[in-house]
Amino acid sequence: MKSGHHRPAIRHQYLDGLHNFVVDNLGMGKPNDLVQGTLDLLILKTLSPEAMHGWAIAKRIQQVSGEVLQVQQGSLYPALHRLEQQGWIKARWAESETGRQAKFYALTTAGRKQLDTEAANWNRLSAAINLVVSEA
Amino acid sequence: MRWLHQLAMKLRMLFVRGQAGTRLDDELRFHLDRQIEENRAAGMSVGEAHAAALRAFGNPALLRDQTRATWSWSGLESLLRDLRYGFRTLRRTPGFTIIAVAVMALCIGAATSLFTITRSVLLRPLPFRDPAHLVMLYEHFRAPELNQPSYDYNPVAPADYYDWRAQNQTSTHGFQDMAAWRYAQFNLTGVRGELPEVIAARGGTYNLFPLLGVQPAYGRVFAQDEDRLGANVAILCWSLFERRFAADPSVVGQAIHLDGKPYTVVGVLPKDFTYPDATVQVWVPYATGVPPVVLRHHDFHFSRVVARLRPDVSLASAMSQVEAVQYRLHLQYLSAPVAEDAAQRTITDDLAKDVKKPLLILMCAVGCMLLIGCLNVANLLVARSAARQKEVAIRSALGARRLTLIREQLIESLLISLAGGALGVTLSLAATKWLASAWKDLPTAQSIHVDGAVLAFACALVFAAALLAGLLPAISSTGKSVFASLQSTARTTGGSLHRTALRKALLMIEISVTVVLLIGAGLLIESFVRLRTADVGAVTDNLLTLTYSLPAQKYPTPEKQNAFNEALLARLRVMPGARAVAIGSVLPGAGYGGDDVFLIVEHPPIPPGVIQPDALVRRADPGYFQALGIPLLRGRFFTTDDRTAEGKKLIISRQLAQQYFPGEDPIGKHLSIPAWDTGGPPSTYEIVGEVGDTLWQVGQPDKPMMYSPLLAQSHNIDQIALAVRTASNPLAISIPVQKQIAALDPDLPVSDVMTMDQIIGQSVGSASLSATLVLAFAVLSLLLASVGLYGVLSYLTTQRMTEIGVRIALGAQREQVLRLMLADGLRPALLGLVLGLAGSAATVRFIRSVLYETQPLDPAVFATVAATLLFVAVLACLAPAWRASRLDPMQALRTE
Repeated sequence: MKSGHHRPAIRHQYLDGLHNFVVDNLGMGKPNDLVQGTLDLLILKTLSPEAMHGWAIAKRIQQVSGEVLQVQQGSLYPALHRLEQQGWIKARWAESETGRQAKFYALTTAGRKQLDTEAANWNRLSAAINLVVSEA
Repeated sequence: MRWLHQLAMKLRMLFVRGQAGTRLDDELRFHLDRQIEENRAAGMSVGEAHAAALRAFGNPALLRDQTRATWSWSGLESLLRDLRYGFRTLRRTPGFTIIAVAVMALCIGAATSLFTITRSVLLRPLPFRDPAHLVMLYEHFRAPELNQPSYDYNPVAPADYYDWRAQNQTSTHGFQDMAAWRYAQFNLTGVRGELPEVIAARGGTYNLFPLLGVQPAYGRVFAQDEDRLGANVAILCWSLFERRFAADPSVVGQAIHLDGKPYTVVGVLPKDFTYPDATVQVWVPYATGVPPVVLRHHDFHFSRVVARLRPDVSLASAMSQVEAVQYRLHLQYLSAPVAEDAAQRTITDDLAKDVKKPLLILMCAVGCMLLIGCLNVANLLVARSAARQKEVAIRSALGARRLTLIREQLIESLLISLAGGALGVTLSLAATKWLASAWKDLPTAQSIHVDGAVLAFACALVFAAALLAGLLPAISSTGKSVFASLQSTARTTGGSLHRTALRKALLMIEISVTVVLLIGAGLLIESFVRLRTADVGAVTDNLLTLTYSLPAQKYPTPEKQNAFNEALLARLRVMPGARAVAIGSVLPGAGYGGDDVFLIVEHPPIPPGVIQPDALVRRADPGYFQALGIPLLRGRFFTTDDRTAEGKKLIISRQLAQQYFPGEDPIGKHLSIPAWDTGGPPSTYEIVGEVGDTLWQVGQPDKPMMYSPLLAQSHNIDQIALAVRTASNPLAISIPVQKQIAALDPDLPVSDVMTMDQIIGQSVGSASLSATLVLAFAVLSLLLASVGLYGVLSYLTTQRMTEIGVRIALGAQREQVLRLMLADGLRPALLGLVLGLAGSAATVRFIRSVLYETQPLDPAVFATVAATLLFVAVLACLAPAWRASRLDPMQALRTE
C-alpha cells in the first residue's frame, strides 16, 4: 500500500436503492495498489477480445458487471495512459462507430501475458478471501 | 518486445509531447460528447445533457493533469514548466534580477577563487609517494625566543640530522628514513657566452628523492658516494632545463658552470616537482660545497629535515625516539645552542607556513560575504513574494500543493544562483590568476588552477546559496492560511507584520555579520598601517639596492674581493646622482641573514645549562652605516684599516648593548665567537662602536645584531648587498650602476635590483593584500546591508502609506513621522550592530596571530566601525523616511 492518503479506494455508493461500486480514486492523488491493480485487470480483460476506446471500455465493464461496477473517467484515463506507457496496451486512432475519430486501445503481446498473470493472481486472491469470509 | 513498446512510448512522450497533449484533449472530448449524446438519448434537453455530462465527468482540467501525470518525463515536464515560469518572472523585473545575479556572482566568484587557492595550497596532496606519511622535523628550543622568529621551530644542525638518522637506522625504527636539504645559490655562467644569472638552488642528501618517491624525468638522482665535498654533480629542475637547455635530454652527462666550477648534470627532475618552491632551479648534493667541519657542528642550524614515517608506527612514538637523541645531544653540548627537543609538522603545513592563517581568514571573510549576499537576495525575494501574496493564496485555494509552490519559488532563487554562479566562476578565473600572482608568499603559485573539484565546489555553492536565499522566503510566503491572505486588502493598515518581522530579522543578521567583517578588516588595516610605518632603523627612501656574489674561482682571496669592491665603490661614488654607497652582507629589512652565538670575554663564564647568547650577524663596509642612515650611538664606525682579517673589530646594535652590557660601556670590551674560529687559538673581537637598531624584517621582533667588517672573516660571504643613495628616483640609476659592475666584470650577474621601499613592501605585501581583500569584502557587505536596509524601509513605507496618511491628516507633524520611520528602520540596524560588536569581540582573537602591534579589541577600530555603520544606516533609512514624512495625506488616503 502506498502511504499518504487514507481515503477508501472502493466506495459504496447508494444510488436509487441499488448497491453500486464506483471504481474511483476520488480524483485525489494516486490510487492505491489494490484499486489500481483491480482496474488494470478489468481493463486488460475487457480489451482481450477486441480493441476499444475509453468510452466503450467503461460501458463494457458496467454492462458485464451487471451495472455494479462503474468506472469513473477520473480513474479510467490515467489508468489507460499508464498501461500504455508500461507497454501492456497500445493505442491507435481510428474511426468509431459514430464516424468520429477515437483512440482505440488493444492488448500487446506482453499485455496478454500480463492479463493471464493478473487473472491468475486475482483468482487466487478472491478464492482465498472467499474461504475466509465464508468461514462461519 | 515490451521494452520496445516502452522505449517507443518514452521517445514519443519526449519528442511529440505537444501533439500527445492535443490528442488527449480529443480523447477526453470524445468521451464527454458520447456522454452528452447518451443523455440526450435519455430525453434530456441540450443544456441539461451538457450539465449532467460535465457533472459525471468531473473537472476536465484536473483529469487531463492526472492523465498527463502518468506519462513518462512528467517530472521533467513540470521542472521545465517551473523553470519557464521562473525565467519569465525574473525577466519581468530586470532590475531585481540584475542586482541579485550580480550579488551572487561576486560572492560565488570570490568564494570560488579563494577555494581554488586554498585547495592548491592546503588540500591538494603533493606529487610525492604517500605524502600523508611525510613530516618535517625541526629542533625546538624550550625558550621561545631562541627559536627562529615567527616559526617557533628551528632549522636543524647537520650533525644533529646525522645523529638522528644514525640512531634511527640502528635501533628502533620509527621513521623509514630521513633526508635533509639546505639553501644554496649559484652564479650560473654559460660556456658559450650566455648571460650569467643567479639561480636559487638547494643541497639535498642523496636519499632525499627516493624518500619523497620522486623519479627523475631524465638521468638519475644522486648516488650515496656523491653526497660529499668536491663531488660536483647537479640535478636540473624542469624550469631551468626547459628555459636554459631547450629541454634537450642530452644535457645529462654534460657539465654546467656553477660559481665558475663545472658540475656534471646527472639528472632532470619532473615538471610537477616544484618542492620546496618553484624558484628552485638546480639541486646539488647536501654535502657538496659545505666544509666537513661545518657538517660536524651541532649549532649551525641551516637544514630542513624530511622524514617518512613507518606506517605501523605512531608519529608520537617515532618522535619520542628523535627527541631522546636530541636531548642527549643537548646535555652533551650544554651551553651551545643545541635544542632540547625536536618538533614536527606535516610537509603540507610546512609549505603553507606563512599563508595558512591569512588564507583561512580570507576564506572566513568570503564566507561571511556569501552569507550576506544570500541574506540580501533572500530579503529581496521576501519583498517580491509579498507582492505575489494574493497569487499564491488563490493558487493554493485552487489546489496547488504547498510543496509545488515552494519548489516554484526555489527555482527562481536557483535560477538567480545559477546565473550568478556561471558569471562568478568566469570572474573567479581571472581573479584567481591575479591573486596567485599578487600574493608572493603562496608556495605553489604555479600549480593553482581551476579543476573538477573547484567546479564541483562552485556547483555546491550555487545550490547552497539557492537554498539559503530561497527557502526562507518560500516557506514564509506559502505557509499562511488562504483565508487570511485573501481577506487582507490593500487598505489593511498594519501591513503584513509577520513578513516585515522576517525581513528585519534577516537584516539584523546581515548587519551583524557585516560588523564582524568590518572590524576584522579594520584590525587588519591598522596592523598593516603599523607595519608600513614601522621604523626600520635606517633611512629607506631614495635607495637603490642590488646583490651580487663574487665567485670563489675568480676571486679566491679576500684581497681580490676587496679590490673588486673598492674599485666598484670608487666608480659608484663619483657617479652623477649617487650621494652615498653602502656595501654589506644584508641590508636592513632584507632578511634574517644568519646568527651566531658569542661570549663576552670580560664577563664571568656562562654557567652550564644556560644557553649562550646569540645575535644576528651582519658584515658592513666602512661606509655602510652612514649611507644607510643608521645612527652611531657610541664609539666609532669601521675604518678602511678594519677591513683586514687582523683587525678583529666589531660594532654592536643598541639592543645587544642594552641586553648584554646593562649599565656598562661596551666600547673596548671583547667578544669571542666560536663559530668564526678556524681551528687555531680562539680569536676575540673588540667592540669599537654601538649603532641604532634596525629591523631584520618588517613585522618581526628585532633581535640583537653585531656587525663585522665585510671581509674580516675566514669564510667567504655568499652574497654582497649594494645600496646606492640617490637624490631622486633611485630606479633611474639602476642601469648606470649595473653598467659600472659590468665594466669591472662582465661575467658577474646581479640580482634583486629594486628600491629599499620595494624590499620593505615585499615583506608587508601579504599583509597589504589580505587587509585590502578583507576590506573589499567588508565594504561590499556594508553596501549590501545598506541596500537591504533601504529596501526594507521603503517597503515598510509603502505598506504603511495609509496609516501615515491618516496620521498626517489627524495633525501629526512631519518631523514626528520622520522620527517614527527612522526609528523603525534603525532598530534592526542597532540590534545588528550590538550583536555584531559582541560577535566580533568573541571572534577577533582568532586573528591575533596575524596582527602586528595591534590589539584585537582595539577600541578605535570598534568605535570607527560602529560610527561608520550607524552613519550608513541613517543614510540608507533617511530617504524612505523623508519620503514618508512628505506624504500628501489626500493622495495617500485615496490610493488603494
